[in-house]
Amino acid sequence: MKFSFTEEQDEFRSVLRRFLEDKSPSTEVRRLMATADGWEREQWAKINSELGLTAVAIPEAYGGHGFGLSEQCIVLEEMGRSLLCAPYFGSAVLAASAILYAGTEEQKNELLPGIASGSTVATLAFTEENGSWDNSGLTTIFDKSKNEYSITGTKSFVLDGTTADLIIVLARTPNTKKDEGLSLFAVDGQASGLKKEPLKSVDETRKLARIHFDQVPAKLLGVEGNAAGPMKKTMTRSIICLSNEMVGGADRLREDALEYVKMRMQFGRSIASFQVTKHKATDMLADVELAKSAAYFAAAAFDEEDDETEEAASIAKAASSEAYMQTAIHSIQMHGGIGFTWDNDTHLWFKRAKSSEVFLGDPAHHHEKMMTIWDA
Amino acid sequence: MTEYTEDYVRKEARTWLENNWDPNLDLFEWRNKLADSGWGLPNWPSNWYGRDLPVGLVPIVEEEFQRIGALPIPKSGIRMLAAATILNHGTEMHKEKFLRRIVTGEDVWCQLFSEPGSGSDLAGATTKAVMVGNKWVVNGQKVWTTSAHKAHWGLLLARTDMDATKHDGLSYFIIDMKQPGVETQPLKQMNGYASFNQVFLTDAEVLPDFQVSELGDGWKVATTTLMHERRAADSLRAWGQVPSSEGPIYDQERAEIETTMAPYKWYPQRAGRVDLIMQRAKETGAIKDPAVRQEIAKLMTLHKSAEWTARRARSAQEQGKPQGPEGSLGKLAASNVARAAAKVHTMISGAHSMLSGDDSPENGTVAEVLISFPASSIAGGTDEIQKNIISERVLDMPKETRFDAGKPFKDIPRNTIS
Repeated sequence: MKFSFTEEQDEFRSVLRRFLEDKSPSTEVRRLMATADGWEREQWAKINSELGLTAVAIPEAYGGHGFGLSEQCIVLEEMGRSLLCAPYFGSAVLAASAILYAGTEEQKNELLPGIASGSTVATLAFTEENGSWDNSGLTTIFDKSKNEYSITGTKSFVLDGTTADLIIVLARTPNTKKDEGLSLFAVDGQASGLKKEPLKSVDETRKLARIHFDQVPAKLLGVEGNAAGPMKKTMTRSIICLSNEMVGGADRLREDALEYVKMRMQFGRSIASFQVTKHKATDMLADVELAKSAAYFAAAAFDEEDDETEEAASIAKAASSEAYMQTAIHSIQMHGGIGFTWDNDTHLWFKRAKSSEVFLGDPAHHHEKMMTIWDA
Repeated sequence: MTEYTEDYVRKEARTWLENNWDPNLDLFEWRNKLADSGWGLPNWPSNWYGRDLPVGLVPIVEEEFQRIGALPIPKSGIRMLAAATILNHGTEMHKEKFLRRIVTGEDVWCQLFSEPGSGSDLAGATTKAVMVGNKWVVNGQKVWTTSAHKAHWGLLLARTDMDATKHDGLSYFIIDMKQPGVETQPLKQMNGYASFNQVFLTDAEVLPDFQVSELGDGWKVATTTLMHERRAADSLRAWGQVPSSEGPIYDQERAEIETTMAPYKWYPQRAGRVDLIMQRAKETGAIKDPAVRQEIAKLMTLHKSAEWTARRARSAQEQGKPQGPEGSLGKLAASNVARAAAKVHTMISGAHSMLSGDDSPENGTVAEVLISFPASSIAGGTDEIQKNIISERVLDMPKETRFDAGKPFKDIPRNTIS
């Protein structure tokens, strides 16, 4: 279903929207983003248990609900809309995908049910100081002695890195390059030799960390040196998820700005009556709707194992990054001075737009990715 | 009422086609057969060349035409707008006189709405029709008129009352284009084509019987015509795909298509020819330039997102869901794609972008893109008007302040050239 949602999907979305409007108003977002962790275990468990959000896309065999990526993307779009402060993306998207695509049957049985139920919060540590989104800049290495693995190196920009119970780590065999010699490992969040360092993030609703690994004991996922394929699929899936989360946030910003200009009076008239405002609001609608089409298409293409999936993922990420950021800029402008204040909520989404614009690759990165596919 | 089922309609259509389709027929003989049987336009009323079939079942009939290779009635062109208008608002005499020759394509029609002084503001028309003796006498100028030089009949929007308000002073007529008071001149565009005409009406005459609907109803009737315009534009594209089968009737149809489509050869170029981008970038080596790569990818992102948005809109329509905002954005997106494509074509072609005709890449196609794309954001409603409409109807924003409402048309400021 690349171009429409089923009635069940529409119903799921509206239940979720009402639920998140209730559980994650901006007062709650502001309360949680001011905490060091950015989320609360008990409060998140309550929200998650009601709708089983972390279980949505995990196969039934591993304790999930077995829905497709399109359904998970509905969850993400609605979370992006409400700016829910929860350890979802790192756990249910990044880490769960990596385990699903790299792990052995036994490992999936061991690790995924906890993520599905929400009792385990996992994350994926793959980026490093250089901020490269592909494997070219990856320097973290693993060592194998007596069939025991250990990891040494530094990962950065790790989502919920200080709070995750389980850290999935991408590391390489010493002296290998790019996609060669890559392996994925599971590391206990409390393992010895781990040093977690919170980073100050622009988007306070999404906490990032730097994690130092000094010969940290790790369990190999799947086959040694074989992680390039699973990581690629994990990235494609995560890029599509992030795109859907972004269009949710963009649409919310667009609606809030529209509501504001309709209410605001200047020069004895509604500022929404100025043609320049009407045209800007229409441009915003076009940007967001086109990006939505790309995000929805990419999710369905992934579910249908379409040949176009990878290019669709990059198109979706490029389109949603541009649309979200542009919508955020317009939204502040439409609010005028009040839009630049801390008390006005616009900046919360503006900052998520900025952070998401670059997370998993900025538009220029994805433009180049699609050209590489087409120019092959 | 007959209860139609898909199978029943398919069987009936198939049987009729098997008994009547003959590629050796003359084109007009065949179309007359279609008119008599109602299979050419099956959703039309059964007393007027149709079969009262629900619109939803028409594709079944079309499939049967395709299966056997039979030529359908082209559902394109101004004459189909005329048909829709006459079926909705015309008198029995209008239907009797005009509909059959519309179906067969023997009569060419044109639409006399736009004027030099009223483009976006169509209802501001100043061409006047005045009753002199027992005839309407028409004076004024129309513009952007497709096929006016070939037309037998024109759909005319004219002002019959200067004291009434803007919309209430208009009336709708069918005018005989082959009369001394009607003079047509080709209108040459910036890209060298002359796809349209200007029409000068100087004491042109219309018989009272040829008025459509009541006096002062002109705007209402014109709205019906305009509603069908988008649909006709889609059919024109479909019809323009020349059939490849052999036989005299196909030759006749091909010749008709050739003459009808000739003025529109530049339309694909107007839309930006995104399809040529990758091929040209590879051929020229421009694809190695990182700046060009970025621009191509941006264009493709826009192009694909627009295409998927159109598919979303169509899918919602097919499922009978209420139209979401995605349904109103196609035209605006197309303008943006055309602009972006022209920019990328320029980057790819470099110095060759300065050349025209067969000195320009792709035998002039690239040059034609570069000098045709501005039409995208003007023709069929400017981007600005589109944005006004979307912001008011979809986003529920305040309507534009009007300076022409509620007062006599004669008191409204307007262009000095009429």
